Amino acid sequence: MKLDRWIALLFLVGSIVYGVAAFNYPLLPFERNMAFLPNTLPMALSVIGALVSAFILLTPGTPSDDNNVISIEEIKKFKLGQTIALVSCMVLYAVLLRPVGFIAATAFFIVGSSVLLGERKFWLLVPIALVATFLVWYLVQQTLGIYLRPWPGFLS
Amino acid sequence: MLEGIMLGLTTALSFKNMLMVIAGCLIGTFIGMLPGLGPMSIIAIMIPVAINLGDPSAALIMLAGVYYGAIFGGSTSSILINAPGVAGTVATSFDGYPMAQRGDAGKALAVAAIASFCGGTIGAMLLLGFAPALASVALLFHSAEYFALMVVGLSAIAAFAGTGKVAKAVVMTIAGLMMATVGESALFNAPRFTMGIQDLQSGFSFITLAMAMFALPEAFHMVLDPRRSQRGENSSGSIKGLMISRKEAGQIAPVIGRQSIQGFLIGVMPGAGATIASFLGYAVERNISKGEEQDKFGKGSIKGLAAPETANNAACTGSFVPLLTLGIPGSGTTAILLGALIALNVAPGPRLMVDRPEIFWAVIISMYIGNVVLLVLNLPLIPYIARVLAVPRNYLIPFILFFTLMGSYIGQNNATELLILVGLGVFATILRFADYPLAPLLIGFILGGMMEDNFARAVNITDGVSFMWQRPGTLILLLAGIGLLVVPALRRRRAFAKERARVRRKGIADGS
Repeated sequence: MKLDRWIALLFLVGSIVYGVAAFNYPLLPFERNMAFLPNTLPMALSVIGALVSAFILLTPGTPSDDNNVISIEEIKKFKLGQTIALVSCMVLYAVLLRPVGFIAATAFFIVGSSVLLGERKFWLLVPIALVATFLVWYLVQQTLGIYLRPWPGFLS
Repeated sequence: MLEGIMLGLTTALSFKNMLMVIAGCLIGTFIGMLPGLGPMSIIAIMIPVAINLGDPSAALIMLAGVYYGAIFGGSTSSILINAPGVAGTVATSFDGYPMAQRGDAGKALAVAAIASFCGGTIGAMLLLGFAPALASVALLFHSAEYFALMVVGLSAIAAFAGTGKVAKAVVMTIAGLMMATVGESALFNAPRFTMGIQDLQSGFSFITLAMAMFALPEAFHMVLDPRRSQRGENSSGSIKGLMISRKEAGQIAPVIGRQSIQGFLIGVMPGAGATIASFLGYAVERNISKGEEQDKFGKGSIKGLAAPETANNAACTGSFVPLLTLGIPGSGTTAILLGALIALNVAPGPRLMVDRPEIFWAVIISMYIGNVVLLVLNLPLIPYIARVLAVPRNYLIPFILFFTLMGSYIGQNNATELLILVGLGVFATILRFADYPLAPLLIGFILGGMMEDNFARAVNITDGVSFMWQRPGTLILLLAGIGLLVVPALRRRRAFAKERARVRRKGIADGS
C-alpha cells in the first residue's frame, strides 16, 4: 500500500471519530428545537469525509498519479535525522519562549538550527543572530507595540 | 461629478497628503513582508497615528496607502519564501513561488507589481463610475446567496486539483471544513469540539494554519533533500530578467482585464472580499486556458500569478463601495477603516457624498496615487527584495522557521499556538509527499466558518432548506458549484480510461 492510501485510511478513521463526536454532540436545551443545530454541518461533513476517503482507499490510481507519491526508497535517501533535530529545536523554542524570554530563546534558536544545518562560521553566525533578534524585537515591541518579554521572567 | 473629482484632486495632491501616501505605502510594504502581519493588523496598528493627524482626508489617504502597500508586501513573502501572511495572497504563492524557484523571482515580483497596479487602478476607475449604482446590487445578496457563493468557492478546489486528484482535493477540503468547526459553534458561539483545551476555544488561527500548510513543508523539504535548495541557490544568485517580454505582456493583458472587473464585482459584495476574489480569479483563469497553458498552472505560470494579484487588488478597491456608500464594511480591513472614520467624526453612508464630498473623492483619487507611488517605489526596489533568495541555505532555513514561528506567535501571543504550528507543519509535509494538495484544506478552513454562519441564517429564516430552489440566485450559484466539481471529475475518468488502454496496448506490444 502506498503512502497516499495510508493517509486515506487515516482520514477515514478521523472522519469516523469526528462523526461519533458530532452525532453525540451535547445540545444545549434551547438549541434542541432549532431548525439548524450546531452539529448539523459536522454530521454532514463526517459522512462525506468517510465516503470520499473510502473511495480513494478502494479505487486504483493511474500509474502517472502513483508516480507523484513518494516511495520508501526516496524517503530512505532523505536527511531524516537532521529534520527531526530541527523539529525538536522548534518544539524547544515553543516551550522556552516564555520562561527564557524572547531575546535569549530566539538567538539560541537561530544559532542552534544553523549549526544543525552544518554552519560552522561562528564569528559570522552569532553576530547575525543577535542583530536579527534585536531588530525584530525592536520592530515588534517598540514600533508596533506588541508585547514580547525580552528577558527571562525573573529579570523583568 | 466632475466638480467632485476636481475637489478630490486638489485635496489629494497637496504636499502633505502626497507625503502621507508615500509614507503609507512604504510602511505598508515593509511591514507587510513579515508573514503574520496582514493589512488588517497593520492598519489597526496605524490607526492611533492616523487619528493623531486630525485631518480625516489625510488620515484616510495614509491608511489607503498602508493598505495597498501591505497587500503588495504580502505578495512578496508569498512569492519569495512561500509564506503567505494574508489569506488574499495564498493564491499568489501557487504560481509565484514556483517562478521564484525557477530563478525568475525578479520577474515574478515585477508581474505581481504590475498586476496589482492595473487591478487597483482599474478598480478605482470602476469605483468612480459605479459606486452609487453598485450599492443597490450588494443589497440583493442575502445569506442564502452568500452560502451558495461559498459553495462555488469550495468547488473551485477542483481547479487546484488538476485532472488527477479531484477526490484527494475533496478530502482535503472536508478536512479544512472540519478544522473550521473547532472553536465556537455557529449562531450561539458555545464551545464546540475543543476537547476541553482552553487555547482551542477561539479555534485554529488562520495564520498558523497558513504557515503550517505552505511555509513549513517547503522549509522541511529543503532540509530533507538538500538538492532542492541548491537548485534555488544557483539560479537566484543573479536576478535575471526583471523586465517582462512583449509576448508575456500580451499573455497577461487579457487576464488583467478580466480579473480587474471580476475581482471588483466580488469585492463589492460585503463579506466576500479579496480572498474569494483571488481564488475564484485563479480558478476561472485556469479553467478557461487550454491545453499546455493549463498544465503550466501551479508550476510557475505567469497567468496564474497575474490573475490572483489583479483580482485581490481590484476586490480591495471594490470593498470600499459598500463602506463609502452604505456604511457597511465588506471585509475585516474596511471594518477597521470604518472604526477609524467614526473616530475622526465622519459617518460613512449614503449621505457622505453629499455632506463631505472632499473626503469621498479624496479617498478615491488617493487610490490612484497610491497605486502609482507603489509602482514607482517598488519596481526599483525589486532586485534588492529578491536578493533574499541568494541568502545561503544555512541561514535562510533558520530564518524562515523563525519567521513562521514569529508570525503565529504575535497573532495570538500564545505559546500553545507554536506547538500546534509544528505539529500541523509535520503533518502537512507528510501529506505533501503523499501527493495531497494542501491549498484546498486552507480554502475549506477560511470559507468554512462563513459558509456555516450564512447557511444557518438562511435555514433559520426560511425554516428549512427550501431556499435552495426557491431563490433563483441561490439555485444558479449552487448549480454552477456542482458543475465545477463534476466536469473535472469526468475529465479525470476519461483520462484514466485512456491511460489504462495505453498501458494495455503497450503490454501487448511488449509481448507481456
